[in-house]
Amino acid sequence: MSENTAAPAKPKGKKRLELDPRLAAYKGIWVFVEMERGQVHQMSWELLGEGRKLADILDVELGAVILGGSSDELGAAARNAFTYGADVAYIVADPILTDYRNEPYTKAMTDLVNRYQPEILLLGATTLGRDLAGSVATTLLTGLTADCTELAIDPDNRGLLATRPTFGGSLLCTIQTLNYRPQMATIRPRVMAMPDAMPERSGRVISENLQMQEDDIIAKVLEFIPDEAQEQAQLAYADIIVAGGRGMGKAENFRLIWDLAAVLGAEVGGSRPVTHAGWLPADRQVGQSGKTVRPKLYIAAGISGAIQHRVGMEASDVIIAINNDPNAPIFDFATYAIVGDAVQILPVLTDAFRSRLAVNRRAG
Amino acid sequence: MHIVVCIKQVPDSAQIRVHPVTNTIMRQGVPAIINPFDVFAIEEALRLKDRFGGRVTVLTMGPPQAEDALRKAIAYGADDVILLTDRAFAGADTLATSFALAQTIRKIGEEHPVDLVFTGKQTIDGDTAQVGPGIAKRLGLQLLTYVSAIDALDLEERSITVQRRSEGGVQVIRTRLPALITMLEGSNQIRFAGMDDMFRSARFDVPKWNKERAGIEDVSKIGLKGSPTVVSKIFTPKPRAVKAQMIGADLDASGTANAILDIISSQHPRLAQELGLITP
Amino acid sequence: MAEKFDAIVVGAGPAGNAAAYTMAQAGLSVLQLERGETPGTKNVQGAILYADALERIIPDFRDDAPLERHVIEQRMWVLDEKSFIGTNYRSDAFNSDQPNRYTILRAPFDKWFSGKVKAAGGLVICETTVTELIQEGKKVIGVRTDREGGDIYADVVILADGVNSLLAKKAGFHGELEAKNVALAVKEIHFLPEEVVQSRFNIKGNEGVVIEIAGAVTHGMVGTAFLYTNKESITLGIGCLLSDFKKAGIAPYTLLEELKAHPAIAPLIEGGEMKEYAAHLIPEGGYKAVPTLYGEGWMIAGDSAGLVNAVHREGSNLAMTSGRLAAETVIALKDMKLPCTAPHLARYKTALDDSFVMKDLRKYKELPDILHGNPHFFSVYPQLLNRAAHTMLMVDGQDKHSKEKTIRGSFVQQRSLWGLVGDAYRMWRATR
Ligand SMILES: Cc1cc2nc3c(=O)[nH]c(=O)nc-3n(C[C@H](O)[C@H](O)[C@H](O)COP(=O)(O)OP(=O)(O)OC[C@H]3O[C@@H](n4cnc5c(N)ncnc54)[C@H](O)[C@@H]3O)c2cc1C
Ligand SMILES: Cc1cc2nc3c(=O)[nH]c(=O)nc-3n(C[C@H](O)[C@H](O)[C@H](O)COP(=O)(O)OP(=O)(O)OC[C@H]3O[C@@H](n4cnc5c(N)ncnc54)[C@H](O)[C@@H]3O)c2cc1C
Ligand SMILES: Nc1ncnc2c1ncn2[C@@H]1O[C@H](COP(=O)(O)O)[C@@H](O)[C@H]1O
Repeated sequence: MSENTAAPAKPKGKKRLELDPRLAAYKGIWVFVEMERGQVHQMSWELLGEGRKLADILDVELGAVILGGSSDELGAAARNAFTYGADVAYIVADPILTDYRNEPYTKAMTDLVNRYQPEILLLGATTLGRDLAGSVATTLLTGLTADCTELAIDPDNRGLLATRPTFGGSLLCTIQTLNYRPQMATIRPRVMAMPDAMPERSGRVISENLQMQEDDIIAKVLEFIPDEAQEQAQLAYADIIVAGGRGMGKAENFRLIWDLAAVLGAEVGGSRPVTHAGWLPADRQVGQSGKTVRPKLYIAAGISGAIQHRVGMEASDVIIAINNDPNAPIFDFATYAIVGDAVQILPVLTDAFRSRLAVNRRAG
Repeated sequence: MHIVVCIKQVPDSAQIRVHPVTNTIMRQGVPAIINPFDVFAIEEALRLKDRFGGRVTVLTMGPPQAEDALRKAIAYGADDVILLTDRAFAGADTLATSFALAQTIRKIGEEHPVDLVFTGKQTIDGDTAQVGPGIAKRLGLQLLTYVSAIDALDLEERSITVQRRSEGGVQVIRTRLPALITMLEGSNQIRFAGMDDMFRSARFDVPKWNKERAGIEDVSKIGLKGSPTVVSKIFTPKPRAVKAQMIGADLDASGTANAILDIISSQHPRLAQELGLITP
Repeated sequence: MAEKFDAIVVGAGPAGNAAAYTMAQAGLSVLQLERGETPGTKNVQGAILYADALERIIPDFRDDAPLERHVIEQRMWVLDEKSFIGTNYRSDAFNSDQPNRYTILRAPFDKWFSGKVKAAGGLVICETTVTELIQEGKKVIGVRTDREGGDIYADVVILADGVNSLLAKKAGFHGELEAKNVALAVKEIHFLPEEVVQSRFNIKGNEGVVIEIAGAVTHGMVGTAFLYTNKESITLGIGCLLSDFKKAGIAPYTLLEELKAHPAIAPLIEGGEMKEYAAHLIPEGGYKAVPTLYGEGWMIAGDSAGLVNAVHREGSNLAMTSGRLAAETVIALKDMKLPCTAPHLARYKTALDDSFVMKDLRKYKELPDILHGNPHFFSVYPQLLNRAAHTMLMVDGQDKHSKEKTIRGSFVQQRSLWGLVGDAYRMWRATR
């Protein structure tokens, strides 16, 4: 019944909010710096970059919260956090915090918040960030906005305006936490720009102890199995899809589709003739009698764009269509058109992506 | 063993459109489905029941139509269902939702103590993944999010070992019951109900609980009043160009490929970043 | 343990719902099976509901049925490439308390109707496909479904499984549908704000407009197109005989695209968001194609029995009426404690013959053949009519008498005088 995201909000009048004096005492913006196995998640730096902007608007300090098992690692992370804009680093180092576990992390975070009272607390919308954010918000009984793509400050009341996609990305909504502090949000990775490091910047470190013993904690991590193969995603909710149609000519040519998909980390889809012919499994059919998808990028190779296919994918953000027929209907609604032989173009496109991505990975 | 599964009925978001002129959501003809992620939770609970015995209760908070979702759960094999429905719950955000659900689970537990609660990873309408953790905190349950497999369950020792997705890998974690599990997608496949179950489901009298029945007295904690977050604006993302833009009309294959990469990088910086075409 | 019912109804369309509701209301134990996820799943089909047939089943349906608009105006348009000529009939008399025709969207409507079946005590099970009829010799004693333990028994099975009833075919009750006896229709729903629908069609409140369209858009194939106004959307569709599609090698959606682009239609749907595209078959063989309607322990109703009046685009009312009559047959037999054998179920056929269903079908029984034999009805005439209008309306210094002569000349040139007379006669005969 979370109708708050479902109903078009009525435009509200200007809200000059008189904050409860207890809440008005909450000052500053915090970013949770996510460490897993000694590695800081890149999105934490993105978040610090964004947090810095907000802190400057509000003219408050930007804090980085860093939790983990080794004080050396935390210290190094804190120094990095300063270069990305943090003024203060709140550190809790305890062997208990070596592996992420909900209970001690929630405890460490809520204790810090209760003690130092930030007005805004931002976390990455990663599995770790969402696990922690949900628990912390419920423990503190405050509002939490999930998976945001845009943050701003309301000039009227200094409140956080957290914007996020809703209804499968067809709409955006802006959410505020009016009478509760801190205002919490998780932010989708890679949405905020990576800030430039300012090597000369430094800041204060505040260390706290974890008020917990290992014996207090019920959950034990028995093992950690690092990823190798990527997990199987679901076509309907995939972000990138490479799809092929009858124009691919024959089953073997679908290797070209899979190759491009592998380079892009994409899912593979197809039109009905293709799944019917067994070139692709049936559950990869996109369209009227297949799946409806709305990825950020849909690459359609050798697909005519018949209405039954179109209705399943036209909501994609960007559609690149490759077709040798300049009058193919798909060009009526694709974003970009490449007129030519898909069998020829795909491998070249795959190579181009592969080499650019490689350059950037080295740079990044 | 008693397992409670929380499910939500959602509009099939893949089929929702926004009206181009009025910017309103067009729900007409959009079917209501069980949140796809919750289906994995139902199946996992049923599998545990198959192995260890006990009962499965499926709970949803929603409007009266949500009864359809519960009926489906009965067909799959749930022993009991509860539809938590009361006007007072309307407008709930995740904090208020988790309060109402937690309170109801507490009430359910008075009759049959609850050992495990399952939720989906997240909903496809709210998309927050917050309700599960919220319920766990309120009930003091051990929280296990993004679980892909249950490796062991020992009812004597009251311990459970699961695999859960975490950043960069899978954590094998052991903890104690009672626990709350949010179930990852793709971890199982829902069963196809037999005819007997379909009959049972069609004849089932779905119990409806209002706030009093759920033992909720404090209305300041539910519905709009109990929700710290407020939606202040809803709007559509920028529409895209109508006709396709021709790329590389006079270029060779490699020129065309590079041209398309350049145009993504310059025209769609976010996408380009996500693809890794440009470094953030 | 296998379940047994007084009656099983296969399908939850208008025919099945009418049958199941009528029997449940009379206190019979009724099981209705539907393969879709919900009755009317997914299809946002816009359609015309003829009140009378439903009124006889649920007299106060207007209280809560999801109706879109009541029709106060009917337009008949004959299209040429760029133009159209047509007639309008609009009357405030249609704004009565009990309007006669409504536009509906099938998904919510079927769901509502199915709710009535449940409320009357019928058991409705969806997502379950009947795979075959269970027979004991010639007698149908139940159905087999695609689910485990899926055999269910009943005294009588009413087939209301829609056009091209696979079950009846499988059981050998009727043969393959002939391509010349079935139309393929495609349609789309275009969503528009309520005010836009109202202003474009000059209507207020829940008033609605229907446009029936013939002419160039069918490329000379036997078929018509239609446009219905719903509350916040417009249904647009076109259908032609399957045999013609095959012959012409034209894809149905191409016709729909052309229809949407036609200068007479485009402005009406402009700015709308296309939501649902659906293709469906319509049995159009008429009277001569109606199969055997009953047998030992079974009856067949609605589209699955081919009960569609193509000329007036009536189907759901024939479906509901036949469903009701089949149900009433069962109720009467139960009352008299008679078994559902073929001789007893023959009452169903008698009742249908006495109703408008068979009377109307009989009236137009020659029409399908005439249309097949005279494709110029759909190609030459629309063009001629439009040109005639054009010639008459062009003020270009030519005197009206000469204009009339030109028009007459063009008719005779395109189609001999005898041809014209013959056409008129045949049409008169066919619809007499
Ligand atoms: C009720 C119904 C439901 C349907 N549901 C679906 C559905 O869910 N999904 C679906 O996809 N279809 C569906 N269809 C089928 C749909 O109508 C089309 O037939 C189908 O989408 C066409 O697939 P296609 O574009 O791959 O093939 P085609 O229409 O054959 O198009 C192939 C295209 O590839 C181009 N091409 C050929 N060679 C090359 C080359 N070397 N390089 C580049 N381009 C080339 C051609 O110009 C052409 O445009 C449905 C149909 C019906 C009637
Ligand atoms: C484009 C178009 C426009 C039309 N416009 C109008 C109009 O304006 N007015 C009008 O009166 N009529 C109209 N009709 C005709 C009308 O829709 C049909 O005559 C009417 O729907 C017939 O009802 P029915 O119950 O016989 O079949 P259906 O409505 O087809 O219902 C059959 C049901 O049986 C189910 N079923 C099938 N097989 C099985 C199985 N094996 N097991 C379980 N369930 C099964 C199907 O899922 C379906 O729900 C139109 C038809 C079309 C295609
Ligand atoms: N109204 C509700 N009723 C029952 N369970 C719910 C409800 N809302 C959310 N849930 C459960 O909480 C999970 C996470 O939801 P969300 O936080 O909205 O993404 C869902 O997968 C459901 O299992």
